[in-house]
Amino acid sequence: MKKNQDKKNRFQLEYLNSPAVDKVGVEERVARFQTRSIKDASKMQGLKMALNMIDLTTLEGKDTHGKVKQMCYKAQHLHDVLPGLPSVAAVCVYPSMVKIAKKEVAGSGVNVASVSTAFPSGQAPLEVKITDTKFAVDEGADEIDMVISRGKFLSGEYNYVFDEIAMIKEACGKARLKVILETGELATLDNVRKASDLAIYAGADFIKTSTGKIQPAATMQVTYTMLMAIKDYYDKTGIMIGMKPAGGISTSKLALHNLVMVKEVLGSAWLTNEWFRFGASSLANDVLMQIMKAETGVYQSSDYFSID
Amino acid sequence: MERLEVLKTYKIYIGGQFPRTESGRYYMPVNKAGKALGNICLSSRKDVRNAVSAARKAFGGWSERTAFNRGQILYRIAEMLEGRRSQFIEELILQGSTKKAAEEEVNLAIDRIVYYAGWCDKYQAIVSSVNPVASSHFNFSVAEPMGVVGVVAPENSSLIGLVSLVLPAICGGNTVVVLAAEHLPLCAVTFAEVVNSSDVPGGVINILTGSNKEMNPTLSTHMDVNALVYGGNDSAALKELQENAVLNVKRVFAYSNNWAKADAQGLHFVSDLQEIKTTWHPIENIGGATSSY
Repeated sequence: MKKNQDKKNRFQLEYLNSPAVDKVGVEERVARFQTRSIKDASKMQGLKMALNMIDLTTLEGKDTHGKVKQMCYKAQHLHDVLPGLPSVAAVCVYPSMVKIAKKEVAGSGVNVASVSTAFPSGQAPLEVKITDTKFAVDEGADEIDMVISRGKFLSGEYNYVFDEIAMIKEACGKARLKVILETGELATLDNVRKASDLAIYAGADFIKTSTGKIQPAATMQVTYTMLMAIKDYYDKTGIMIGMKPAGGISTSKLALHNLVMVKEVLGSAWLTNEWFRFGASSLANDVLMQIMKAETGVYQSSDYFSID
Repeated sequence: MERLEVLKTYKIYIGGQFPRTESGRYYMPVNKAGKALGNICLSSRKDVRNAVSAARKAFGGWSERTAFNRGQILYRIAEMLEGRRSQFIEELILQGSTKKAAEEEVNLAIDRIVYYAGWCDKYQAIVSSVNPVASSHFNFSVAEPMGVVGVVAPENSSLIGLVSLVLPAICGGNTVVVLAAEHLPLCAVTFAEVVNSSDVPGGVINILTGSNKEMNPTLSTHMDVNALVYGGNDSAALKELQENAVLNVKRVFAYSNNWAKADAQGLHFVSDLQEIKTTWHPIENIGGATSSY
């Protein structure tokens, strides 16, 4: 707790300095990332890189062991017709599915990420959230995707949110912690920036835009704002924080735009799945179809790709 | 003061919208007298790609509509076209028809749409069957639409050729991507405007103008196109379509017809674009009974 207190004190100082976000400026900068001309060879590399950064996700009430097994198989065999493809970075599931997922991806290098803290609403008592997290970690989760208490954040109880993140971080042990801000509920980019700073100082290894249950999700404006928070923190402390846009990124084009943005804001060091992830379910197939289009020269049909 | 005439820009029709071609290119076909017909989009392979995606997206909803509802919507196309008849006649005359031929062509197009509107809730009963089998199964075959159909409209016809090929396809629940006649494109775009105001869901009919030579390869190799219909007379173009179709075993149908003839229509234009699905449904074998279902 002492450690938390120190961090918090530091944050409160930083929080006073949490800069305002120039929305117009953000929009103009983001628009420019989308005009880069990407040549064929670079595009191919970018697409394969994007595949390797995907957290293949299924977070539905109707998830079953069968569905999770099928997704785990897909994570390791994206499109066997085409040799030499990478696997995805991780599979992302509910805590109750961690055990089965862990078994299915064993030895493949694919991580298992579990959402926790009463995902997606986060409306549960702190003890429940900690138990939820410990359960997922004990089942073998390599990464924990927690949600912040947006209600508390929006009513100004920043200390509560900060403490909560710090305690979940403790509960994670060796698992890496991704903190979901659910930017669709934060309303303004100023709030997004404030929440990003808060999460980073509270101990997040990754900050993540959204649960995927709320629209809008990972818009480029929001992702850019969060990248800037990571950049400022890195410039101050030399500590790298990861970024995971999630929700709404379903096309290769958008994925490539995101990669361009990461490269230009944070630099090449972040262009690996250790520091950048896409939370997505349907992105993988679109990227695969683009790669097949480049390989064969003909437009593809989803009939010939696995179900996601 | 004399009114300055501005040549109309004819846009393409994709997913219920009228975008310009993504390539930004256009061409200006002329009639025999040397008069420019309009500014026509010279569509690119990316427009073909967008049109196929739109058609695929629309397929589920369109094929699951009730046959009766599809019939009503097709009938509505005929009504809307009727309301625009003078525009079609003017365009046909501009493209080189005589007034009489133009009027006949528009009349025939309306009649043909009504004809296929009528087939919507009837072809299934004629094409499907209950089959006699020697085991205790109820065995029946029903027709299902093929999916996305690429239509290469005949080169020598502006309206009736296109209508004759598109209507049977959508009558049977398919969605279509149409490459309009390159040098007679006006009625195709005006037809798109008619379709757009006829309760036809966006994406069911997509119409592109431009060079067939450029677009045929993209359309015929596209893995998400399930069948091709060719209405032209160019055997080299047909051969190319057939060879490319092998890639995902598209069905290819080539009809060379004089579409202006009143009888250039029929059930087989609908049933050609249907796949037959046969179901073996186990039934209790009632001892001694001969016909047990």
